[in-house]
Amino acid sequence: MKAESFQLQDALNRRIFLRNSASVAGAAALGQLMGAPAFPNHAPRARRIIYLFQSGAPSQMDLFDPKPQMAKHRGQDLPESIRQGQRLTTMTSGQKSFPVAPSMFKFARHGRSGMELSELIPGIGGVADEICLIRSMFTEAINHDPAITFCQTGSQLAGRPSIGAWLSYGLGSLNRDLPAYVVMTSFGTGRRDDQPLYDRLWGSGFLPTQHQGVRFRNSGDPVLYLSNPAGVDRGMRRQMLDELAVLNEKDFQKFGDPETSARVAQYEMAFRMQTSVPDLVDISREPRHVLDMYGPDVSRPGTYAANCLLARRLAERDVRCIQLFHMGWDHHGGLPNAIRGQCQDTDRATAALIRDLGQRGLLDDTLVVWGGEFGRTIYSQGTLTETNYGRDHHPRCYSLFLAGAGVKKGHVHGETDDYSYNIVRDGVHVHDLNATLLHLLGIHHERLNFKYQGLDMRLTGVAGNLVKGILA
Amino acid sequence: MRKSLLLITLSSLASAAGPPVPARIEFNRDVRPILSDNCFYCHGPDKGHREGDLRLDLRDEALKAGAITPRKAADSELVNRILTDDEDDLMPPPDSHKKLTPRQKEILQKWIEQGASYQQHWSYEKPVKAAIPAGRNPIDHLVQKRLAEIGLRPSPQADARTLVRRLHFDLLGLPPKPSDMATWSDLSGKKYDELVSTLMKSPHYGERMAVAWLDQVRYADTIGYHSDNPHNVWPYRDYVIRSFNTNKRFDRFTIEQIAGDLMPGANQETRVGSAFNRLLLSTEEGGAQAKDYEQRMLTDRVRAIGNAWMGQTTGCAQCHDHKFDPITMRDFYQLGAFFADIKEPILGRREPGMMVLDAEGEKKQADISGRLAALQAEFARPRPELAAAQSAWERKALEAVMSNGAWLPLKPLTATSLKKNVNLKADKDGIVRGVIDKKRDERKQNDGTDTYMITARLPKGATGIRLDALKEKSPGIGLASNGNFALSEATLTVARNQKQEKLPVLLASATFEQRGFPAKNTIDGISDQKLNGWAVLGATGADQSLYLELASPHDDEKAVVTFTLSFAHDGNHEIASLRLSATTARPPVRAPDIALPDREVAAILRTPADKRSDPQRKKLAEAYRQIAPELAALRTKLAMTEKEKADFEAAAPKCIVSVSDTSKRTVRILPRGNWMDESGEVVKAALPGYLPKPKVEGRDLTRLDLAQWLVSKDNPLTARNVMNRLWKQFFGTGLSKVLDDLGAQGEPPVNPALLDWLACEFMDSGWDLQHMIRLIVTSHAYRQVSTSTRELTAADPYNRECARQSAFRLDAELVRDNALSIAGLLVPKVGGPSVKPYQPEKYWENLNFPTREWQNDSGEGLYRRGLYTWWQRTFLHPSLLAFDAPSREECTAERNRSNIPQQALVLLNDPTYVEAARTFAARILTECNNDNAGRIEWAVQQALQRQPTAEESKTLSMLYNRQLADYQKEPAAAEALLKTGATPVSPGLNKPELAAMTHVARVLLNLHETITRS
Repeated sequence: MKAESFQLQDALNRRIFLRNSASVAGAAALGQLMGAPAFPNHAPRARRIIYLFQSGAPSQMDLFDPKPQMAKHRGQDLPESIRQGQRLTTMTSGQKSFPVAPSMFKFARHGRSGMELSELIPGIGGVADEICLIRSMFTEAINHDPAITFCQTGSQLAGRPSIGAWLSYGLGSLNRDLPAYVVMTSFGTGRRDDQPLYDRLWGSGFLPTQHQGVRFRNSGDPVLYLSNPAGVDRGMRRQMLDELAVLNEKDFQKFGDPETSARVAQYEMAFRMQTSVPDLVDISREPRHVLDMYGPDVSRPGTYAANCLLARRLAERDVRCIQLFHMGWDHHGGLPNAIRGQCQDTDRATAALIRDLGQRGLLDDTLVVWGGEFGRTIYSQGTLTETNYGRDHHPRCYSLFLAGAGVKKGHVHGETDDYSYNIVRDGVHVHDLNATLLHLLGIHHERLNFKYQGLDMRLTGVAGNLVKGILA
Repeated sequence: MRKSLLLITLSSLASAAGPPVPARIEFNRDVRPILSDNCFYCHGPDKGHREGDLRLDLRDEALKAGAITPRKAADSELVNRILTDDEDDLMPPPDSHKKLTPRQKEILQKWIEQGASYQQHWSYEKPVKAAIPAGRNPIDHLVQKRLAEIGLRPSPQADARTLVRRLHFDLLGLPPKPSDMATWSDLSGKKYDELVSTLMKSPHYGERMAVAWLDQVRYADTIGYHSDNPHNVWPYRDYVIRSFNTNKRFDRFTIEQIAGDLMPGANQETRVGSAFNRLLLSTEEGGAQAKDYEQRMLTDRVRAIGNAWMGQTTGCAQCHDHKFDPITMRDFYQLGAFFADIKEPILGRREPGMMVLDAEGEKKQADISGRLAALQAEFARPRPELAAAQSAWERKALEAVMSNGAWLPLKPLTATSLKKNVNLKADKDGIVRGVIDKKRDERKQNDGTDTYMITARLPKGATGIRLDALKEKSPGIGLASNGNFALSEATLTVARNQKQEKLPVLLASATFEQRGFPAKNTIDGISDQKLNGWAVLGATGADQSLYLELASPHDDEKAVVTFTLSFAHDGNHEIASLRLSATTARPPVRAPDIALPDREVAAILRTPADKRSDPQRKKLAEAYRQIAPELAALRTKLAMTEKEKADFEAAAPKCIVSVSDTSKRTVRILPRGNWMDESGEVVKAALPGYLPKPKVEGRDLTRLDLAQWLVSKDNPLTARNVMNRLWKQFFGTGLSKVLDDLGAQGEPPVNPALLDWLACEFMDSGWDLQHMIRLIVTSHAYRQVSTSTRELTAADPYNRECARQSAFRLDAELVRDNALSIAGLLVPKVGGPSVKPYQPEKYWENLNFPTREWQNDSGEGLYRRGLYTWWQRTFLHPSLLAFDAPSREECTAERNRSNIPQQALVLLNDPTYVEAARTFAARILTECNNDNAGRIEWAVQQALQRQPTAEESKTLSMLYNRQLADYQKEPAAAEALLKTGATPVSPGLNKPELAAMTHVARVLLNLHETITRS
């Protein structure tokens, strides 16, 4: 009996220890050791995900969803048969007319697949045969805050865990020296004064705190408080940590509180991050041709291009969930100019990332996602002129694309009506998308849950259907 | 989940089958959790989702349907379904991913064999107060009774050092000082109780207690959605602290928060309490729809009441009847209807709120108001001595009115302000009106100055321009708080040959000139000097005009002329409303030496004196008082006092509070929670149907009824909920572990008799929180050691039964308080506006509307307790976040208690902690006059309130010596380290020594023991 108790104490310590270290196994994955439901549920197609979030909602009919028929309806009011009494935001609900604004931009076919894409995104056009374009996304919210919160957490209510936190919780980390979920943000040149972001978009909600996304910063320490104070070098830090560990260890021997050992381990992880993070963000040894591929912005920290390159470097280091947020896509007015700026920021670097991953064989087990929180209206917000128009929010349809592990290549899924206003075929709800992302990472979305307020909470709420049509 | 994982571990390690199935099955303890988690989803209270017309939450229904045949497990369909191999029949169905364990199956069978008796859910039953033998501490009696049943014994009492430290953290959230340790080294006899009483009298007790409550009511400094702008609520935080410090009875505390505005005898205190209703998230997002947010705010409030008071997950009933508890959708929306009277903007900026004054502020307010009233009375009194002067003025004024016909009002084409500190608009009546932009204080370029750009066309042959500053609002014709303005420069330009060409002005004159601020300053070419302009203090109560004579008649009536009006005197010395006119009369163009009367006065002047009515005469006298030179001094005094009042009111603390509106919002049951569906029934406020409640007839229920019901003795939930959470504060875990859910999906309490006793005693004591805390902390259960034994760990690994105390990490705010306190940096001030300690630059870079930059406080704002840190919901201070402080977007009953690398980074590198370490080091070197060993001993005493062991001393000494050697070699490094933080370094100290000792201090502040309450 005594021997068993020893084992029990050990097991308990180990369990608490593991629960607390953001290392190796996620808490849910640990369940496997203990016989509880475990992940992955099935052989995963992707080991990691790079989610390129385009905050503010890019206009689908100017980028991905060509509507040449609209030219002949230019300036005409949006027919009621199309609008179907849909609620509008209070930004255009008072407008007297809703003039159809065809896209100013030309579309052309790309690659062997012949995917039709806008002249704004020639770079993405160049990798058209790698991507799987969904033209029939839809969502439930019409304003930015609730909508982006919904995409990220599956709920419009603030405070639920984000998709990256769920993945960290379910699958754990593959890297001992870096967080499982890394977030980077960049400002758009299309609209500098654009929609804000919130901590909750990468928060852990009710999941244990270690699963929250760690935001890499664009200036100062890449991770908050990473640098030693001035006047303290690495040797001194090491010495100090050693002494700290000795003292904590004594405390553990005296009281046997497993949290003590866990804390020692966290200090070690923090110490390793002091090397691993600077190493990660040091791109000085990237070859010229790689830097060139991402474009001139790549050498300016904090740009979308620089973040794309870091995303690849994080993927190489097996970070589970890498998420970029690029701001500036909310184009209520002056869309043609603003969207040019946004595409300038993102098109080349996005394509470069996909190519770069491909060249290194990483695209086989990395899933890339590109998209925003909703779509935009075919009718112009404000005055429609020869060279200018704006577009309001539109939740009923939008476009998003994926590339890499487990998804079809050079494929278009779903279809909208002539006005890019309603979906006519194969609608994909945000919950469906998230269920599918989890599926590709080896998780059945109904099984990744956490008891909170009496419910088995999920990323996909009580909905979500696998989108089989996009699976390779 | 923790427990079940462990059980599985146990069984796999030792082939033991978990805790044995009890001999006597108890429905609430053993069966309900299984049914709730596995069956109620489809066979529970929600009729909208019920399968096979079967309910298992009601015994009669389950029997009628044949699912259960009491005492005949084999004949019960339920048993067949859980045991079958046929996947089509198996329950729970495989696609639910739910699976019963063999133990659960055994419990269900045994329960049916024993008669399948049901109990009402435990938390809906009235709590029963167990009888306690005389002379026993009731808590110890009930804890030990339970321990005896499961074969465990209580642990011994902890030593005095541990107890003093524990009580300090639990009751004050601050570490004891070495002097406290000396005072309380012996806790025998009455000393322990004395210590408890002393601590509960400390003003820091209320701060400690507030931390958990502020989580529960989601208190924060910002609105939470989208722009996440500030709202004024910090007086509520101080109200909470004060309420705990004065041991306000919990029933009153409740009523004030929910209905403080409706209470008989409502006063500032109760109204500030009612800010609770305003703490929810709100939005300023452009395009947001009011109905959407009306529904969000309603549901937010119902969840808050459910969480903070009832321990019920009411939120589940927003879209359908609750699946596990008997809360219906109707209950949900009826609860929401209690708040339909609250006056508030659904969208957009919150109002500044009620002025909240302390005793000193009230005195000051009374003083200003008194002086102002006296001046106003003095100003308004009849003045027969001015009659002659007034009639002279009347004549001149009439002349001015008659000659005014030669002036033609201009129609402004555009009107903008350059800095946007003033929002300028050209109205249809030709008047340009300016309003100070509400958001100006958040903008960097706001220096309280601005420039107006107004465009208009001039008539052909214009010889002069008149600019009237119109008295439309109080306190005066200028936007400055004393009603004044200061026009630095006025220029007229016209676009010619793609260039702006100036129209020369020969002469400027005005109807009134403040001494030192003559009209000619407006054309002297100086536009950026604060003290160089035209101002009118002393005559701000009437229209005043500036006359500009053009050097030559204007010849181009088609040209657009731009008027540039610069106001360089800060404090918003801009004109509030202005009108431009032009004349073509022959020069000279000069201001009469009296102000042009407004339209009403002009009409009276045109009336022959003997035909004027009394009110007209009165009006004239009033108009004259506004400009009478004899009253100039009085007017200035009045204006200054008005400004003093306005400044006082602008600076006074404010709080958004509950104000009841007579017209209530309509509340409907929203089908599936969809706010766009308005087909649902309209409901009125009503208490939940499943709980006992008073009968009220003949009137609508109000928030006061809701609040009183929550703290009525018939309500079985509130007292249990509060006591369960209190238990967690003192033992680390609630008696029912799931703090936010006392419903079916929560956990039945491990010691139901104890929770019931606490709840009953709480109510019987008149909701006396300090009485309950005293009972808890004086119990033996509380005083036990927190160390475990192997046997104890094996039997009760998570210490749910309290056969010992628990050790746990301090809460986020307390981690900070502890370090600052040890360092001697803590500023112990209680209350006040939230503060901004060091935060990394650009941490807020993703905020917008407007963009913001966190400005570190200076001085004492850097060293306040953690609970005063500015709580930005969308970007909480990263050091608080790392230690699990919640964003407070939702009510939070329980914080995570994680152990993550970010905590190490914060404690090692956040300037707050580096500064604390070096300040602590300075204390070690200056306050302890001893050798290094002695100093290290002293330091450990400060940080941990105990002697170091020999090994600890040796380790720390070695560290000190090595670092000292390094810093002596590199004094610049020492210099650099000591620069962290705002506290100056005492010049008498040897810097390498101080830097080396800083490392010793850092080790001490980083120790697990230091941030752990054990």
